[in-house]
Amino acid sequence: MSTAADVAPNEYGAENPEVRSEYPEHSHRHYLLVALALAIITGLEVMVSYVHIGPFFMPVLLILMAIKFVMVVLEFMHLRHDHKIFHYLFWSGLLLAVLVYIAYLATFKFFLPA
Amino acid sequence: MSHSHAQAQPVGEHTTTGISHNRLMMWTFLASDCMFFGSLIWVYFAYRGRYFEPPYPRDVLDIPYTSVSAAVLLLSSFSIVMALTALERADMRGFRGWLLGTILLGALFLGGQYYEFITFYHEGLTLTANLFGTTFFVLTGFHGTHVFIGVVWLLVQWLLSYFGKLTPAHVERFFVTTLYWHFVDIVWILIFTLVYLIPA
Repeated sequence: MSTAADVAPNEYGAENPEVRSEYPEHSHRHYLLVALALAIITGLEVMVSYVHIGPFFMPVLLILMAIKFVMVVLEFMHLRHDHKIFHYLFWSGLLLAVLVYIAYLATFKFFLPA
Repeated sequence: MSHSHAQAQPVGEHTTTGISHNRLMMWTFLASDCMFFGSLIWVYFAYRGRYFEPPYPRDVLDIPYTSVSAAVLLLSSFSIVMALTALERADMRGFRGWLLGTILLGALFLGGQYYEFITFYHEGLTLTANLFGTTFFVLTGFHGTHVFIGVVWLLVQWLLSYFGKLTPAHVERFFVTTLYWHFVDIVWILIFTLVYLIPA
C-alpha cells in the first residue's frame, strides 16, 4: 500500500537533519546476537528444569533468569547507553520491590533460627 | 556530558534537565510497574506450597507449551528493536514490516495465554479454586492485560504510520513504546522462571 509517507523516505531526514540513529554502534547483527543468546539461555533454563542437578537447581535458574533480564534491559532497552537518571529510576524500582519482599520475609520471622 | 547523553536529548525539545520528558515518564512508570509486579510475584511466593486443594501446579503447568510462548515474546522484543532501527534509518517499509511482526507475535502470545487459561479452567483451576489459582491468575492475568494494551498501542502506531502521523521524526515517541514492550517481556522472563520452571 503506497502512501505519501512512502514517497522519498529520505525526505524525513532532509527535513529534519538532526534525525539520526541514537545508537549507530548497534547493528542488526548485534541485536541478532543478543536475541540468539536469549534463545539459548531460555533453552538452557528449560533443560535445567528437566535435569536433576541437586542443590544447584535454584541458583542456576535464578542466575540464567537474571542474565536474560539484564540483557534485555541493557541492550534492547538501551539503558546501557542512556542517561544515568534512567538507571537510577529503573533499578531503584526493582530494588524497592526486592526490599518489600525482604520486609515480608522478616515479618514472618523467616531469617530467625528455627 | 557523554556522547550518549547528548543523544538522549530529543530533536527540538528543550528541557530543564536535558533529558526527554517522554523517556523520563516511561522509565518512572516502569519503575512503578516493577513494584507492582514485584508485589504480585511476592504474594504468589508467599502462598506457594500452601495449596490444600487440587489442582496443584504440577497437575496443570505445561512447561514445553509455556517455553514456546516465552520464545514468542522474546522474538517480539527482537522484532520491535529491529522496527526501531528501521525507523531511525527512515526505512518506513522495514519499520512497518517489523512492527507488524511484533504485533502478530504479541497476538500469538495472547492467544496462547487464552488457550492456557481455558485449559486450566477445564482442569478445575479457577480464580477461586485454591490459593494457587488466585495468585496464578492474578499475576498472569495482569501481565496478559499489559500485553494486550501493548498490542493495541503498537497496532495504533502501525496504522498511524500509513497516514504520515508516525515518521522518522517521531523516533523518540516510538522508542518510548519499545520500552513498554520490552518491560512486558522481562516480566514474563521472571514469571516463566519463578512460576513455571521452579516447582512448588
